[in-house]
Parts: sequence; C-alpha cells; structure tokens
Amino acid sequence: MTPVRKSDYTETCPACGHEVSSSRLKRNLKVCPRCGKHGRMGARERLEALCDKGSFRELYRGVGSRDFLNFPKYAEKLRQAKELTGENEAVVCGVARFGGEPCAVFAMEPGFIMASMGSAVGEKITRTFEYAMKHSLPVVGFTASGGARMQEGVLSLMQMAKVSGAVGRHGNDGGLYITVLTDPTTGGVTASFAMQGDIILAEPGALIGFAGRRVIEQTTGTVLPDDFQSAEFLLSHGFVDAIVARTELASTIALLLRQNRKRRPA
Amino acid sequence: MTDEKKAAVEMTIDLSEDKPMTAYDRLKAARATTRPTSQAYIERIFTERIELHGDRHFGDDPAVIGGIGFLGERPVTFIGIEKGCDIDDRMTRNFGCPRPEGYRKALRLMRQAEKFGRPIVCFVDTLGAYCGVDAEERGQGEAIARNLLEMMGLTVPIISVIIGEGGSGGALALACANKVYMLENAVYSVITPEGCATILWRDAARVADAAKCLHITADDMILFKVAERVIPEDFDNFDEMCRLLAHQLDADLTELCKLSPKRIEEDRYERFRRLGIIEEKTENPRIVIKTKLPRININKDILKRILHRK
Repeated sequence: MTPVRKSDYTETCPACGHEVSSSRLKRNLKVCPRCGKHGRMGARERLEALCDKGSFRELYRGVGSRDFLNFPKYAEKLRQAKELTGENEAVVCGVARFGGEPCAVFAMEPGFIMASMGSAVGEKITRTFEYAMKHSLPVVGFTASGGARMQEGVLSLMQMAKVSGAVGRHGNDGGLYITVLTDPTTGGVTASFAMQGDIILAEPGALIGFAGRRVIEQTTGTVLPDDFQSAEFLLSHGFVDAIVARTELASTIALLLRQNRKRRPA
Repeated sequence: MTDEKKAAVEMTIDLSEDKPMTAYDRLKAARATTRPTSQAYIERIFTERIELHGDRHFGDDPAVIGGIGFLGERPVTFIGIEKGCDIDDRMTRNFGCPRPEGYRKALRLMRQAEKFGRPIVCFVDTLGAYCGVDAEERGQGEAIARNLLEMMGLTVPIISVIIGEGGSGGALALACANKVYMLENAVYSVITPEGCATILWRDAARVADAAKCLHITADDMILFKVAERVIPEDFDNFDEMCRLLAHQLDADLTELCKLSPKRIEEDRYERFRRLGIIEEKTENPRIVIKTKLPRININKDILKRILHRK
C-alpha cells in the first residue's frame, strides 16, 4: 500500500466511484486507474505534466480581463476565478518542448469562468500564434471552454475572428497547428480555433460540441443519447483525427511534431 | 385580456419621440416578422442576378441564399441568411438558422469570388446557427470555424450588412468583413438575450435587462468599432432606402478595390486585430509595456452615457 502523505487525501472517481489517493491520481495525470475516466486538469498542471520537464516558459502572463461593460457579477466572478486558480486569465500561453521538439503552447483553464473566451483570452492566443510565426514554431493548443464570455458582450464574439486570422496567417506561413480537445470544448471555441488545427486530437470521453446539450433538447424536443457530442461521437463523424489517452499524449505530440517539421524555404 | 392580446401589446414597439428606444425595443424591431429579409435587399440592390445552390458535400440549405449579380458595373458575389417572408417560407428556411451545409455553401461561393476577384457582400439576419442533432452530426462548429479561418484570408473585399439579428457565431461566419454595416435597429450579440438572462438570473423573462447589459445596438457596435456604418431604416420607402444602401456599398467597394489583394487581407486582419479591451500588468511595476498594437480608445464620456442610458 502506498504510504499516505500528510497532504494526501482520498478522491472518488465521479464515473466509477473508485477511491484513490490524490497523489496517485496526480501521478496518473488525473486519469482514474480503474475505469480510465479523464478528470479535468488545470492549465498549468497540464503543461507541467505533459511538456518536457522544466521546458515550459510562460508568455503574456500580465494580460487580463477588464469589466468594461459593468456587467452584473463579472468583477466578482473574475476575482473569484483568480483566487481559485491562481491564474490571471483563462488561458496559459508560452513556449515549451515535447520530446525535445520546440513549440508554442497554450492551455485553457476550466476553473477560470469555465475557460470562457473574452478579450484577454483572444489576445493571448492571437499573440501566441504571432509569436510562433515570428519564430517559425509549431503551435500546440489544449482547448477547454464553455464558449465566448458573454460578460464582455460582442467583443468576446470578435475574438473568434481575431484568433482565426492569426491561425490562418501562421498556417499560410507553413506552421503546424495541433489542437487537443479536452473536456469540455464547446460554443465559440469549438466554432473557431479548436476546429482549425491541421491535426485535431481529443481526450477520451471529452464533451465536444457547438450548441449546449440542453439547448438542443429544448430546441428539438428530443432526449439525446449519452454519447452525443463525446469525443468518440466526433471521431465517428469524421471531425477529429484521433482519440489519445492523456498518458499517451506527450509522446503522440512529440511524434507529430517530429513528422511535421516545417519545410525549409526553397 | 387574453394571453394572446397581452403578447401582442408586449410586442408593440413604442415609437413616441420623447422616449428613446431601449436595447429591448431594438431587439423586438430587429425580430419583427414585417421586417424585410435578405431576399428583398438582394432583389433591389443587384441587377442581372443568378442564384447558385448547394455546398457540393451534402445539400442545399434554404436558410442561406447566394449567387452573383451586378452592383452598378461591378460583378459581385452576394450571400444572405434568409428568414423567409411568410410562415411556409419561414419554415422551409428554418427561420433563418443555417445548418453546416449553409455555411459550407457560403464558403464555396466565397472561394469562387476569390478565384475571379469579385467583391463579396453578405446580408446577415439570424438568431444563430441551428442548434439541432443533425447540425451537430455534420459539424456545425467545424463549418463556422472553417468560414472564419478562410474569410480572414480572402484577398477580395468583403462587406457585411447586419439587417436584423446578428446572432453569435452563426452571424460572424458571414461577417469577417473589411467593413460591417448595421441597420439602425439591427442588433449584434454574443448570445441571445434570452440565453443570457437564463444563465444570469435563471429567468428567460428578464430579456430586456439582459439586452441592456449585453450592449447589442448599432450605437454600441460603432463604439466598440465592431461596425463602421449605421444605415437609417425607412421601410415605408424601401426602394429608396435600398438605392442609398447600394450607393454606399458601391462607394466603399470602390475604395477597397483600390487596395492591392494583399492589402485587402491585411486591412481585414488589422480591423479584427484591434478588437478587444484588456488590461496589461507587468511583474515589475517600473517596466511599462508599450504595446505596438493599436488599442481602442474609448471616450469615457461616451461610454458612461451608453452604460447609464435609461
């Protein structure tokens, strides 16, 4: 039996009810050792676990959101999110290596207002693509999001176009863009940079879709099957390239980066 | 009073002069079934038209219409989201909520325009992209994402006119333009005010409050630089209104066509690159980050006026 450390506590898998110590769960990348349920992972935690050890260097940490519309409860929500996650915004960006291959990375933080995309998230990801283009780097992005952040009104919507422009330019320059769709990736993020990767991977069981499940059920008056909008559903409909278990992700990304090195200019 | 009558009173728009229109009034005006739809504008603005159908993958979405016509001497690709003019037509057209094949049809026509160097004019009027099982199965998210990606890279000028509702990603998929016009009472929003009210207050009936909070009117769009022009509405003299709109489109396209193809793409990129309001801190307070990117300078007085208007 693993000795239980003082800081350790027991966590229960929401899928199978298996009890596991938090340190063991962390070592297993938040994947339940019994049923393989992929638990949600914070952005920084994910980057530290998946990138080559010590290779992650953060960029644009100072960029944050402003409550410029005086939107109800937004300032409070931002404050709580910062406290809860220790992050300044719902996405963490930077440069890192996978299997020695350098790349620009971003990972979205589900604990930060459901990783919704406002002006700051759009700005950080756009800058990451511009940085990658300038330095001839591929981009690896881990998406998770409830969609556009309504608290910033129409300017959140505009971030979809802004990021898409940067993705397009990076791609036209010959840059590789790999997206990893994690639970949950929905709304305006699905309808923009999550689905724009040259290679689109997904974690097992992740919820991925455009419209929310409840909205579809209300609109159509039907009850949806459990696997609707799961990663497996998207794979069978041809919208993701592969489903990769979290424990295999780092090596898969390293392989893809090695296979898709940028063409040398003629 | 019967419920039906109550609803009718509720939907009446108060146009008395002493009371300025609220965001909710404008939302109701934008959704009014008496409002002209894309078809009506296209018929009056373009001559010698041909409508083109189908996405070449799955089908032909009646919620999106498109084709080629002349704006003055200039061949132009037109695309519009069509809500339909009577109840049967509205049902056929899914009330102007496009499915993925609608967006793919639009993209096909835009690629064609790019090939032949034709400017593109889009008319946007949708509650949002259709939320249905079939739409999800065929990749609604992917279809919109693809449109955004490719529209941002086109080297022909694009002008989008929001004629009624600009509903979220489903509207943006036809509005990654060099210039965006808003009709006077058109609205543009990241989420339906009903959806916003449900999330905020668990009460879809507080739609008026949500509409105010979201800042969805044409004035707001000008303030945030999301739109360039507001087009006055005059549905009683609709032919004349369309003549003026055609004139405006022609003038702006003439200006945009003077730019090189590369500059047209850059113009659109820079237009969207500026959008967003953020704060930027540094770890060391003595260092001031000077951002090269142009930021929106919001006039505080105007912002106050808009935020606190009744």
